[in-house]
Amino acid sequence: MYDQVAQNRRRSMLLVAVFFVFTALVAIAVAYGVGLGATGIAFAVLFAGGSAALSYWKSDSIALAVSRARPADEQQYARLHNLVEGLCIASGLPKPRLYVIDDDAPNAFATGRNPSHAAIAVTTGLLDKMNRVELEGVLAHELSHVKNYDILVSTLAIVMLGVITLLADLSFRFHWLSGHKRDRDAGPGPQAVLAVVGIVLIIVGPIVAKLIHFAISRRREQLADFSAVEMTRYPPGLISALEKLKGDSSVVRSGSRATAHMWIEDPMAQTEQQGNLAKLNRLFNTHPPLDERIAALREL
Amino acid sequence: MLVFLLIIVVLVVGVLLYTVATYNGLVKLRNRIEAAWAQIDVQLKRRYDLIPNLVETVKGYATHERDTLEAVINARNRAMAAPSGSHEQAEAENVITGALRQVFALSEAYPDLKANQNFAQLQEELTSTEDRIAYSRQFFNDSVLKYNSKIQAFPGVILANMMGFKAREYFEADDDSRGPVQVKF
Repeated sequence: MYDQVAQNRRRSMLLVAVFFVFTALVAIAVAYGVGLGATGIAFAVLFAGGSAALSYWKSDSIALAVSRARPADEQQYARLHNLVEGLCIASGLPKPRLYVIDDDAPNAFATGRNPSHAAIAVTTGLLDKMNRVELEGVLAHELSHVKNYDILVSTLAIVMLGVITLLADLSFRFHWLSGHKRDRDAGPGPQAVLAVVGIVLIIVGPIVAKLIHFAISRRREQLADFSAVEMTRYPPGLISALEKLKGDSSVVRSGSRATAHMWIEDPMAQTEQQGNLAKLNRLFNTHPPLDERIAALREL
Repeated sequence: MLVFLLIIVVLVVGVLLYTVATYNGLVKLRNRIEAAWAQIDVQLKRRYDLIPNLVETVKGYATHERDTLEAVINARNRAMAAPSGSHEQAEAENVITGALRQVFALSEAYPDLKANQNFAQLQEELTSTEDRIAYSRQFFNDSVLKYNSKIQAFPGVILANMMGFKAREYFEADDDSRGPVQVKF
């Protein structure tokens, strides 16, 4: 388990470093293309550093905002608070902040940069559909992600993916917007450079996304299942929760491919009856099939 | 000669650093055990505080169930009087758990009680407190396990012996609470 923590910390460092270099290179290319000198490059590096820092310090708030989570009231969601407090006592972790997402699809995720700056968000559908022991199993699974520092890697990934997509989008649009005024006689100008950067980003973006998804191995979901059971000492709770998730075909509305790897169950449509993008989503699967996870837990 | 000296200095510094690190690690673990033990007491006390509220609430609805309610109160008073961590306390705690279950079962016979908001809230609080008691004992035992294996395994055992770290006892369930649950109708 400690290896997992160390590995996740190393991966996060690497992720931040790679992201910084990547963003810096892109920003420098853009600055050069637009024709700014040394100040432009300095500005570009500053921008890269800024967004890397932002992804480390603020990525949890961004992930929560993207998923439209609101803080869980202690009175109204007493059971949620009580269960998490109990599990925190069992695992010796500080209590994370708790959030609720108004959505009928049962699902949950954890985010943050370390156990003392962590948050867990659950959908109202999860609270309605799960009984006490099942909910406890799901919360223990999320708390295991907190304990293993999975949350750091996965939350960083969200912001980085977002910035890369944004950059690709911006440089491409900038190219089209300024494209009309092109002077035929003036060789490869700033627009051409921007176009190249944009195209490169559009090609590289999904590859980087895929790499990040590989970094966040599918195995850690199974690992979190096992740690969850170690916490509750009651495998049937989580098993029946996963069974319920399997039987439920609703899909979280605020789920997107960028945040998919965070949730306990893949929030993207997986079967044709759930949505018509199912085939594409299966290609980018971030979760092992629920059947596999249930079978592994049964063997304990 | 100089090389020889250097090796000795490195060795001494190494052993010193290792000793300090081991000592600090053991102290940290020992403190965690103390904190875990205190946590158990905190949760037990929370249960003592909740019980009178529950009894007051139930009294208004289930007037013919004086015996059940008295059993809870008596067990609570016995547990509070017993010294912390003693065998009598553990026994009384088990009685509380059983008696509380019977009080909650009353709600099936009294629909008004079941519908009472206050009762539902107290039930939730008491159930989660019971979970927390179990979880804090689990954490205590996990901490003891970590601590004991550290001071009993080589090479930590040498230092632990020299510095006077003693193995701790686990919290164990009573013989009767370990047996099969009996259901009476």
